[in-house]
Amino acid sequence: MIHAIEARGLVKIFDGFRAVDGIDLNIPEGSIFGILGPNGAGKTTMLRTLLGIIDPDEGTRSLLGSQKPISQSRNVGYLPEERGLYQSMRAVDTIAFMGALRGMPLKAARDKGRMMLDEAGLGYAADRQIKQLSKGMAQTVQLIGTIVHDPKLIVLDEPFSGLDALNQAKLERMIRAQAEKGVTVIFSTHVIAHAERLCERIAIIAKGKISFDGLVSTARDRLRPQVHLETESRDGPWRGALPDDCRVEGNWWHFTLPESGVEPLLTALVEGKAGVKSLSIERPGLHDAFVAIAGEAVAAEMDEEMAEALL
Amino acid sequence: MKEIIRAAIVIGRRDLTAIIFSKAFILFLLGPLFPVIVGVAAGALGGQIKQDSDKPTVGILMSEQDTMRLLAVRSQLAEQVGQGWYPELRSIGKQDEKSGTQPGKSPREYLTDKKNSLVAVVSGSLENPKITATQSEADRNDDEIAMLIGYAKSGQSTQLPKVDMEIVTKSASGAKKGQQVTGQLAQVIMYFLTVLLTGMVLSNLVEEKSNKIIEILAASIPIEAVFVGKLFAMLIMSLIGITIWTGTGISGFALLASSLPLDAIPAPAVGWPVFLILGVVYFTMTYLMLGALFLGIGAMAATVREVQTLSMPVTMVQLIIFFFSAYTVTQLDQPIEQFAAIFPFSSPFAMIARAAQMPTLWHHAVAVIGQAFFTVLLLRIGVHLFKRNVMKSGAGGAKNTAKKRKLFGLIPLPR
Repeated sequence: MIHAIEARGLVKIFDGFRAVDGIDLNIPEGSIFGILGPNGAGKTTMLRTLLGIIDPDEGTRSLLGSQKPISQSRNVGYLPEERGLYQSMRAVDTIAFMGALRGMPLKAARDKGRMMLDEAGLGYAADRQIKQLSKGMAQTVQLIGTIVHDPKLIVLDEPFSGLDALNQAKLERMIRAQAEKGVTVIFSTHVIAHAERLCERIAIIAKGKISFDGLVSTARDRLRPQVHLETESRDGPWRGALPDDCRVEGNWWHFTLPESGVEPLLTALVEGKAGVKSLSIERPGLHDAFVAIAGEAVAAEMDEEMAEALL
Repeated sequence: MKEIIRAAIVIGRRDLTAIIFSKAFILFLLGPLFPVIVGVAAGALGGQIKQDSDKPTVGILMSEQDTMRLLAVRSQLAEQVGQGWYPELRSIGKQDEKSGTQPGKSPREYLTDKKNSLVAVVSGSLENPKITATQSEADRNDDEIAMLIGYAKSGQSTQLPKVDMEIVTKSASGAKKGQQVTGQLAQVIMYFLTVLLTGMVLSNLVEEKSNKIIEILAASIPIEAVFVGKLFAMLIMSLIGITIWTGTGISGFALLASSLPLDAIPAPAVGWPVFLILGVVYFTMTYLMLGALFLGIGAMAATVREVQTLSMPVTMVQLIIFFFSAYTVTQLDQPIEQFAAIFPFSSPFAMIARAAQMPTLWHHAVAVIGQAFFTVLLLRIGVHLFKRNVMKSGAGGAKNTAKKRKLFGLIPLPR
């Protein structure tokens, strides 16, 4: 498998603080890859290190096969977390400038920028200065500038933040359209819903370390399904089939599906005359998996720190 | 290198068009012209006032015949020696030829009458002339009036003899002194232009840092290209400004003066064409060196206020360099002058003074190469510090055993 990005033992330290702490990562070409993590996990630092904006203190990285990421800048589009535009520049000139930075001829970038603004419904604003645009419009301009040069790899750092629901939907459509063309799209977010809808593979990062790297389905499978059961009776021999930490709300029983599976549970409920009124088994969402995985990482780090303190 | 140049052109083009098409650029061009226009106008007005006040008028209170003879003599002599040589003469009344008295007012009365605006009154006759005036005006004009009366009374020809002239070259010491003056003048002009124009480079990266555009730039192109592009954009803008100011100044001179006073400035040793070219080259080099330094300093400033605070010490440094270079003008080929020529920051100033005094040209080629190398070094240092302190790139306290360490990314260091 060819990887768009590879990292081995990546470390980045700021004034003694390990913002990125030994990250190994492989991101396959042509995929939509999500990087999830709580605030301060190190997502942005990791992306900046991978893109060559900053150099790692330890470890290696390669971007589209090159160990010098800047040399691949023509094939990469990057939307940083902190949006930055020249306020006095016209929208179409901004896109042209961003395209020219990545190697496009200025005129071609300007013409294409105008076309893409038209497609995005912002053709009327092409000659307006950035300071005259709304926040959403300015972000759209910047997004167009990120992809105007037809990159092979698109990296978006928190692209959904600050966007309304309509623009979020537009952005999701754009990401899918790029992926269909074979472009590798990597985006970081702490809003799990986007990753769940878009990504095939994700990495969960917490405290500078990768806690999980794999398929979304694999992440979900880290947690057992949840059972929601409604019965007519509130007690009986069938109670023994339910786990001890079952949560009770009236005649509703909420618990994690036992390892033995659903069949023994159903048998116990029927034979025990529980009077099952409703039974649903809910596969955990990515949000729950993320909270569990990231939470485990944070807890593990806290245990380590406490153990070191005791020593 | 090719990529750095390409990217620098993208950055430079953006910066230059943003500056040139902004309203602030008009003010930038007009700014230095205001004191020049005011100075020229004040000078012209003052000159006119001085000229008027220096044009004394003497009233003649004599017989008509004597008056006519005096006026004719004055006119004929003034045609040959210039109008400013003799006081203006004006007939203010007639004296009775028989009685020798003046009907009407006395000379004193004419003198004190403000309507007449006279500095003196000549009365009596050509045989017995009398000047009535204040002591200072009498001292100032009596000789010239006496000369005119002498010509008029004797009736001798006022045609001055033609005198052949042989112009000789100036003395060796005079030429050397003149060339030193030319060198110093060039240094002063370069210094003022440098102080006026390089300070703007300090705040050149503030917009990118405050707008967070720097991250987009850092992800797209080498940071060296950002520095180089911005530096050259500012240089081109400065050269445009200088061209416009120089053109305006030359046009103004041509309008106000009968000819440009280039003859008053001693010719430099290398000749004017080469000297002017070297002036442009050395201004460019000093701009690039100081600009690279200021860009690096300003890039690390966190806020506009910090940049403003840095402006004062930066200007002081420029002043010290200028004073040092100015001192060495009269020390040609002495160790201190040679040091000034070699030390990068003072080198352009010292070398332009050298060009005024020595015809040797290969010195300048060596100097320009040295200054160019130093500019590159300053840019590399600035980029390195910027990456380390602003982008937080580079070793953050951990040992990097994988890469060979290099000083400022140039000089390999032993492990």
